[in-house]
Amino acid sequence: MTVDSDKDLESQIAEWRGYMRSRRAVQDADVDELEDHLRATVADLVETGLQPDEAFLVAVKRMGSQDDLSREFARVHSERLWRQLVLAGEPDAPASGGSARDLLVMVGCTAVAAIGIKVPELFGIQPDQDEGFYLRNISLFALAPLAAYVAVRRRVGIAVIGTLIGLFALGAVAANAYPVTDSSQSIALTALHLPLALWLVVGVAYVGGDWFAGRKWMDFIRFTGEWLIYYVLIGLGGGILIGVTVNIFLAIDIDIEDFVGYWLLPCGAAAAVVVAAWLVEAKQSVIENMAPVLTRVFTPLFSAALVAFLGAVLVTGNVLDVERDVLILFDALLVVVLGLLLYSISARDPVTRPTLFDRLQLALAISATLIDILVLVAIFDRISEWGTTPNKAAALGINLILLANLAWTAFLLAEFVRHRRPYEQLERWQTRYIAVYAAWAWIVILVFPPVFGFV
Amino acid sequence: MHVAKDLVAASATPMVLAILALDDSYGYAILKQINEVSGGELTWTDGLLYPLLHRLERLGHVESSWRTAPGGRRRKYYSITSQGRAQLAEQRRQWATVVQALDNVWPGGGLPSIAVVPLGV
Repeated sequence: MTVDSDKDLESQIAEWRGYMRSRRAVQDADVDELEDHLRATVADLVETGLQPDEAFLVAVKRMGSQDDLSREFARVHSERLWRQLVLAGEPDAPASGGSARDLLVMVGCTAVAAIGIKVPELFGIQPDQDEGFYLRNISLFALAPLAAYVAVRRRVGIAVIGTLIGLFALGAVAANAYPVTDSSQSIALTALHLPLALWLVVGVAYVGGDWFAGRKWMDFIRFTGEWLIYYVLIGLGGGILIGVTVNIFLAIDIDIEDFVGYWLLPCGAAAAVVVAAWLVEAKQSVIENMAPVLTRVFTPLFSAALVAFLGAVLVTGNVLDVERDVLILFDALLVVVLGLLLYSISARDPVTRPTLFDRLQLALAISATLIDILVLVAIFDRISEWGTTPNKAAALGINLILLANLAWTAFLLAEFVRHRRPYEQLERWQTRYIAVYAAWAWIVILVFPPVFGFV
Repeated sequence: MHVAKDLVAASATPMVLAILALDDSYGYAILKQINEVSGGELTWTDGLLYPLLHRLERLGHVESSWRTAPGGRRRKYYSITSQGRAQLAEQRRQWATVVQALDNVWPGGGLPSIAVVPLGV
C-alpha cells in the first residue's frame, strides 16, 4: 500500500463511519465493531492482490446496505429509538466532564431551592399565617436558584452576576419594603408581576448578559416553552406520587398529610423549577419534537375557539362583563395565545416559505387582537364610570401592551404570508418586545404602590 | 449451489453458538469460519452477523468484551455462556430431529442429507 492510498482508505472509512453513526439505532461501539470488520475484510482482500480502494468497495458491499443493517440493529435495540430521558443518556458514550459538572450544579441549585423555601419559617413566618409574605415572595424563592443555575451553566461574567443579584435584590425590596397591608391590591399585583419580571431576569442570565442578541432571546423563549412543558409533566407525576403515598400510608393508619403539605409539596415545587430547567438543557432533543407538535395541535383549536367567541359577540351583541376574575381570564387567554404564537415563531425555520399554518397563525393573531380590543373597551368603560384603581390601571397597561404586540404581529404575519417581508422581522419584533414586558412588570412592582398610595 | 435464505437464517443461531463453543471469537473470524465449514455454500451479508450477536448477548447466550487485537486495534470478542451451551444442545437436538425426519422421507433414500451439516463440527 502506498501512503496515498492509505490516506484514501482512511478518509473513505471515516466517511462510511459518519453515515453509519447518523443512524439512531446504531451507537459508537457498534460502529467501532463494524469498522473493525471492515478493516479486516479490506486487509484480507488486499493480501489477495486488490487495490485498497477496490477492497474497500467490496468490503462495504459485503457488509450489506446501511438501511438493512440499521433496521436489524433497531430490531435488537428497539429502546435506542426512544431516547433515554434520565441520567443514563447513551450508556456507551464516554462520560463527559461537562455533564457531570452540570449535574452537580443542578443538584446544588435544587437543594438551595428546596431548603430556601423553608428558611422563612426559621424566622417565624408561617405559610398558613403569613400568606401575604409568601404570595409576594414566592417567585423570589423559586427563581433565584434557577437564575443561579442558568448563570453557572452559562459561565456568565462578573458584570452579569452583579446585574442578576442587583435585580433580585430590587425585586425583594419592592416586594417587602412598601408599607402595604395583606388586603391591598398592590400585593396581588406584585404577586402577578414579580414572577414575570424575575423570569425575564433569568432570561438575562440565559443570554449571558448579551442584551441585544435577538437569537439568544429567541432561544430563551424556546427554553421558556420547554421548561413549562417539563414543569407541568413533573407536576403531574408529583401529584400522582403524593396521592398514592398519602393513601398507602393511610392504609397503615399513618396520616402524612402534614408532612406532604409542609415539606414535600413546597420543597418539591421549588426544586422542580431547577430540575425542569436542567431537563430542558440536558435533553433538548426530546422536547424539540413535542413542543412544535403541541403548538400545531392547539393553534387551529384556539383559532376556532376565538373566532367562535367573536362570532357569538357579533351575533348577540352582548357586552363583555369585566369583573376582575373575568379580566384575569381574558388576559390568561391572550397570554396563552401569545405563547402559542411565540413558540411557533421560535420553532419555525425562518427561511421556509409561508404555509397554511402561517395563515392559521395569522387568523389566531387577528382574532386575539380583536378580543383584546373588546377587553380594552370594557376596561375604559369601567375606568370612566368608577375611576382608576391599581388593578384597573395594571389591566389597562398590560392589555395595551398585548394589543400592540398582537396587532403588529398580525401585521407582520400578513406581510409575510403575502411575501412582502421576511420572517426574520417577526422574530426580531418579538425578541425586542420582551423589553417592553420587562419594563412594564417593573413599573407595576416599583411605581404603582407609591403612586396609588399603597392601597 | 447456495443455501436458501430462510435456511441460512434458521441455522444462524446454532452455527454462531457452535463456533463460539469451540473458542472465543470475533465477528470477522466467525464469518470466515462459517465460510470454511460450509465450503462457501452458506453466504451471509457480513453486517447482519452483528445484530445477531447482539441479540444472543441480550438473551444471555453469549458475553462480549473489548480486547486489543494484534496491531493495536480494539476488537469485540464474544464468548459463549453456560446458558448458551444449553441452548446449543437444545438446538442440536432439534436440528438432528429435522435432519433425521427428512432422511426418512427423502425419495430414493440414497441421496445425501442436505448440504448443511448442522453445527459445522
